[in-house]
Amino acid sequence: MKFAVVVFPGSNCDHDTEYVARTVLGQDVELIWHKDSSLKGADAVILPGGFAHGDYLRTGAIARFSPIMQEVSKFAAAGGPVLGICNGFQVLLEAGLLPGAMLRNRSLKFRCEFLHVGVEQTDTPFTMACRPGQRLRIPIAHGDGNYYAEPEVVAQLERNRQVVFRYVSASGEVSDEANPNGSVNNIAGICNEARNVVGLMPHPERACELAVGSADGLAVFESILKWGRESFDGDTLTMATAPAVLNK
Amino acid sequence: MTPDPITDSVLQRHGVTREEYDRIVSMLGRNPNLTELGIFSVMWSEHCSYKSSRVHLKTLPTTGSRVLQGPGENAGAVDIGDGLAAVFKIESHNHPSFIEPYQGAATGVGGIIRDIFTMGARPIALLNSLRFGPLDDPLVRRTMSGVVSGIGGYGNAIGIPTVGGEIGFDRSYTGNPLVNVFCLGISRADEIIKGTASGVGNAVYYVGAKTGRDGIHGATMASAEFDDTLNEKRPAVQVGDPFMEKLLLEACLEVMKTDALVGIQDMGAAGLTCSTCEMGSRGGAGVEIDVARVPQRETGMTPYEIMLSESQERMLLVVKKGREAEVERIFDKWDLHAVHIGEVTADGRLRVKEHGKVVADIPNRALTDEAPMYRRPMATPGYLETAQKLDLAALPAPPSPREVFKRMLASPGIASKRWVYRQYDHMVRTNTLLLPGMGTAVVRVKETPRALAMSVDCNGRFVYLDPFLGAQLAVAEAARNVACAGGLPIGATNCLNFGNPEKPEIMWQFGRAVEGMGAACRALDIPITGGNVSLYNETDGSGVLPTPVIGVVGLIEDATRVVGRAFRSEGDAVVLLGETRNELGGSEFLHVVHDQIRGLPPQLDLAQEAALQRVLVEGAASGMIRSAHDCAEGGVAVTLAECCFDTQLGVTADLAGVAAAAAKYRETAALFSESASRVVVSVAPAQVAALTAMAEKAGVPARVIGRVGGSRIQIAVEGTRAIDELVSDAERIWATSIESWFAQRRAIA
Repeated sequence: MKFAVVVFPGSNCDHDTEYVARTVLGQDVELIWHKDSSLKGADAVILPGGFAHGDYLRTGAIARFSPIMQEVSKFAAAGGPVLGICNGFQVLLEAGLLPGAMLRNRSLKFRCEFLHVGVEQTDTPFTMACRPGQRLRIPIAHGDGNYYAEPEVVAQLERNRQVVFRYVSASGEVSDEANPNGSVNNIAGICNEARNVVGLMPHPERACELAVGSADGLAVFESILKWGRESFDGDTLTMATAPAVLNK
Repeated sequence: MTPDPITDSVLQRHGVTREEYDRIVSMLGRNPNLTELGIFSVMWSEHCSYKSSRVHLKTLPTTGSRVLQGPGENAGAVDIGDGLAAVFKIESHNHPSFIEPYQGAATGVGGIIRDIFTMGARPIALLNSLRFGPLDDPLVRRTMSGVVSGIGGYGNAIGIPTVGGEIGFDRSYTGNPLVNVFCLGISRADEIIKGTASGVGNAVYYVGAKTGRDGIHGATMASAEFDDTLNEKRPAVQVGDPFMEKLLLEACLEVMKTDALVGIQDMGAAGLTCSTCEMGSRGGAGVEIDVARVPQRETGMTPYEIMLSESQERMLLVVKKGREAEVERIFDKWDLHAVHIGEVTADGRLRVKEHGKVVADIPNRALTDEAPMYRRPMATPGYLETAQKLDLAALPAPPSPREVFKRMLASPGIASKRWVYRQYDHMVRTNTLLLPGMGTAVVRVKETPRALAMSVDCNGRFVYLDPFLGAQLAVAEAARNVACAGGLPIGATNCLNFGNPEKPEIMWQFGRAVEGMGAACRALDIPITGGNVSLYNETDGSGVLPTPVIGVVGLIEDATRVVGRAFRSEGDAVVLLGETRNELGGSEFLHVVHDQIRGLPPQLDLAQEAALQRVLVEGAASGMIRSAHDCAEGGVAVTLAECCFDTQLGVTADLAGVAAAAAKYRETAALFSESASRVVVSVAPAQVAALTAMAEKAGVPARVIGRVGGSRIQIAVEGTRAIDELVSDAERIWATSIESWFAQRRAIA
């Protein structure tokens, strides 16, 4: 399995994501500079966390114009798995690969802490190794993670089962107390209609070893590997088979 | 050059005395022009020249078998094995943070990060030591809120975790908060890069943000007291751009991987002036630049303004002749424009030109090594005799231990700093092994089996009451914290925050504190590899508590054997290492209950302290010690409570009585005395004998005081129950105290 981790100027979780893919999971991984125009044959693409272009103008607003984003869009359109974590999620929203927008946290403060998210959908490349309803203890670290979309868009997301992750309490309840930033319907992560593009605000790559507080985030990465195993035909990834795998 | 007439008022505006001016004239052999005077004024300011402190700082221990780089460079460095070095330093940004809290603190973080990556190290951890006035003052809340946002705003964006620190509160900091920022990075031990200019003809490059008029005379401002002209000083604070610095960080580290670089230095205080003359001076060379080639943000800037600007996120590089294109290509990749602004020369002078015309020409050494050095008069402060007297018998009887316990947990100095550290990204880079609130800050060093523990500490009350002993106690506490996590202290950096050094009483505090710090570092074998001095911390003539902050770095050989402060298992034995004496002088108890800073600080036996730390490091390495927490502010009672919170495990303990306390204060002393060299540890019951044997062999008193378990904090003194609270109730008081001050309706003030 080969991962591409896109590096925008200001990305700062690129090394952490690369470390998980290479050292924790023993996979092939390449950091791809945002000015590149090739994903170098990657099987899965991750847009990492950080402050691309300093978050100036709006989070993700400038990064969507980077040359590599055309390739990411093409890759996504062909069914390739694309994961946006935190700032990467914000970039996906700005790029129109996912619906909605991010507002300032309702506390108006940056917030960094471990919390719980519930996995609601397991038919995406990033959750297929999870149990439905599985709770993951993973951290957030953001100032603009307050997910917003028009009511009809939110209704559509819910109807299409596109809400993949939701903030929950330690016992699994979806409550206002468990919502760290004011996101509509406690939404922590969503997917596109084709279910191959996923964005989430929490950082699974920061929770892949017990030594750093939790290994729950591994479920996300193990899902990618599982997806890879089930999508590979011999040595070549056959994109055409991906939706079939997902719809199983 | 036609010398400008330099009048007394011009000198005064530059903070240069008549005697210093005469010295400038004799060094140059002529009158300086205004640009040259400006250059001298910033380089000879207290902030850059350390003119009042140098004679004292020279007495500190700075060498050791692990020291790779001592004071004098951008940061210090120690060997941590596997061919790697820990590069670290602490620096203050006190004055700017009071004038403009967000940007003052943010640019403080930016400055210390540059100091670290300038050495070729990738920064992996930030800590900070902060001091504010009491939180009931809306101005203090505004300052603290701004400082915390600023630290987070910069550190979070650049992606370096803020993993720990400490915050203290005292009235003396109301008009003069302290913002000390520590940064640590990792580099290859044989690839440390120096701030040196050498090799005649090598190119001098400028890279980073454009130069503006911001921050002109920042260094001079930091070398004066605040008075009612404060608002006029606002333009001297700079604005930070963490995105620019992130680009610089990555690009510089990439350039450093080539061998095209001779030296590099960031432009911090005194900007282009300081970086050019210091690099030249270190390399025994001269530097010639043309300010017309310096990228400028504003039009019509004079050489004076360009040389003195403190615009942020700028670096000066010396590149090997013939390798320029290679370096330019790397900066281009990061959308940074590296500009060739001058050359290294052989004559040892800083020569500044504007469109080829010389506008300043000064020997480098006159600005650096030959800057003035003062042995300022010192005198024992008048307050000392009265302040050191504490007669417990004459004080009213204390409230019940239960009441005191709750008030202590709510005291901002002790209460949880969650409201603060939640605003800092403390996990990015995925090395943080002990999260804030779980004990000493510990980060692993990836690709090695090791980890580093770091602690910044100072109890200003103790230093106020006895600067020599107080500074020793600061060193002992920081090293003890590091040892609690299992780290062997291997190096330190200091940030000395004091009032106006021209006052003999302040200078006495400073001199005695430096002596104490040196003595403690020698006894504990911890070299100081660099640091920073911040003087003139006064507003309207009133100084801060003397606050010599020390940051200690400790090496943990096995990153899987890190010890936190929280109790781990029901049934574990709780052991108090060290001895509790009747030492309430300068304590949190006196502050909270009687609003006093009085008495003598706790005594300190450095041999005993060293022995205790060896027990802690050994006990952690062997896996015997399951939790360890230093007894500091609030004594054993508060320490025990803090050990319960993270895991919600209760404790039942019975403390020994304390001799010679006034009868009505016997219980208080046992619970809240702040005797030094004490640590609460927990071990499995089967390990008690082994631990006590190890302690006994080291000469460290060890006493089993209780066991872990249940849901209550139950503490008795000589068999009589003194404190009995639910862990969850105690935690609520402790956890919500600070954030309740910042609940939105109160913050709008």
